[in-house]
Amino acid sequence: MPPVLRVSGLTKSFVIHAQGGLALPVLRDVSLAVSPGECVALVGPSGAGKSTLLRCLYGNYRADAGSIRVRHRNDHVELAGAEPRVTLDVRRRTLGFVSQFLRVIPRVPAVDVVAEPALRLGATETEARRRAEFLLGVLGIPPHLWSLPPATFSGGEQQRVNIARSLIADYPILLLDEPTAALDAGNRDGVVELINQRRDAGAAIVGIFHDAAVRDAVATRILDVVPPGAQPPGVQP
Amino acid sequence: MTVRPLLSVRDLTKRFGNRVACRDVAFDLWPGEVLGIVGESGSGKTTLLNCLAGRMTPDTGSVIYDSNASGLVDVHGLSEARRRLLTRTEWGFVNQDAREGLRMGVSAGANIGERLMAIGERHYGEIRRTATDWLGRVEIELDRLDDRPTDFSGGMRQRLQIARNLVSNPWLVFMDEPTGGLDVSVQARILDLLRGLVENLHLSAVLVTHDLGVARLLTHRLMVMQGGRVVEDGLTDQVLDDPQHAYTQMLVSSILPV
Repeated sequence: MPPVLRVSGLTKSFVIHAQGGLALPVLRDVSLAVSPGECVALVGPSGAGKSTLLRCLYGNYRADAGSIRVRHRNDHVELAGAEPRVTLDVRRRTLGFVSQFLRVIPRVPAVDVVAEPALRLGATETEARRRAEFLLGVLGIPPHLWSLPPATFSGGEQQRVNIARSLIADYPILLLDEPTAALDAGNRDGVVELINQRRDAGAAIVGIFHDAAVRDAVATRILDVVPPGAQPPGVQP
Repeated sequence: MTVRPLLSVRDLTKRFGNRVACRDVAFDLWPGEVLGIVGESGSGKTTLLNCLAGRMTPDTGSVIYDSNASGLVDVHGLSEARRRLLTRTEWGFVNQDAREGLRMGVSAGANIGERLMAIGERHYGEIRRTATDWLGRVEIELDRLDDRPTDFSGGMRQRLQIARNLVSNPWLVFMDEPTGGLDVSVQARILDLLRGLVENLHLSAVLVTHDLGVARLLTHRLMVMQGGRVVEDGLTDQVLDDPQHAYTQMLVSSILPV
């Protein structure tokens, strides 16, 4: 299968103006290609730039140089330097992101937080709600919490709401930043199962999994992320 | 069918005497987009909003709007009458101070119904029914329909102003600090309401705020203004999570963590 995500020459530094324009290089010349059914685990020491790489792939951080091409609406779209509406459309249909942190929206019930991406893609209210409830159930969120806003949930519950929200839309490309951090063993296994289902259904996945058992269970390939300055330069697929 | 920008702004500059309030602003707003304009007091964001909405005339530059009724129109080339019609039908404007956007001497129902009459609705029962429906959508008790906004709390007034603006199904809504000056819990309710309405009605909007949390919650894109210039723009989460310009970095790092 040809790659649905193809990254080449990706370079990123942060320039901190309050520190006299101090430049912190984080990624240098990173290349990566991911095909449907693959799950690439990013590994490397803390500070190597794994999260920065994922965020660049999502368009959350801006690449300084390089190319991020994704298969989107039967076409290939360049995400590096893309207009906001292009990135938004890619995120709506193609690219899902699970982060460690749920951005809580005041007063919106958990089930609606989860259902929203499906509604945006045109699912009916009933269908979106049904799938949201299914995912919340699989992820072990008790039904009496579904109609409550997640603001008051525990960290692990919020994270599972976030995972459900990211998996409801069946994105062909998934970016996972520590999806099982803060989860107990039972819930972790549920998340692993969902990730593997998506992978086997043909999703292309890139993720950071600190837990070696989780990584072994989901990854089809390992990619070493090397801090810039350390050699060899860059990261090869 | 190719999609066209709903609003195209080019080279927009507005001076007050020697002072330049906004300079060389240019952008396209696409259908369904919510654009936030952020910056400190005096950065020119409200002046820019007023120029976009036709409430103020820029010294140079153009604002082209793709009108549902009449195609591309030059907002500042329209006659006063046509611009007023536009602002009552296809546009909305939510003021920071609800008293400026409401008619304080008439009932809540009349405030909502006014725009329906402006778009040609004449059937009293229908107007009253729609007004009641909108009162419910902005979470005001239905038995307040005949009360005047002078009897409402600040948060209720703001919600009434939102209903008054959205009842005619506008395409484009301008909002100037819609949650400014309200208690935090009241703000959360209005933000949640606005977020739902924007999403469900597929509104396009330009929102001025100095509150980056509000911007994060409601907008897709941001323009950061400093001293009348746009110093940075991009996707909202990009600008807030990976700010490039020194001024944006300062703004983002000035937020108190909660």
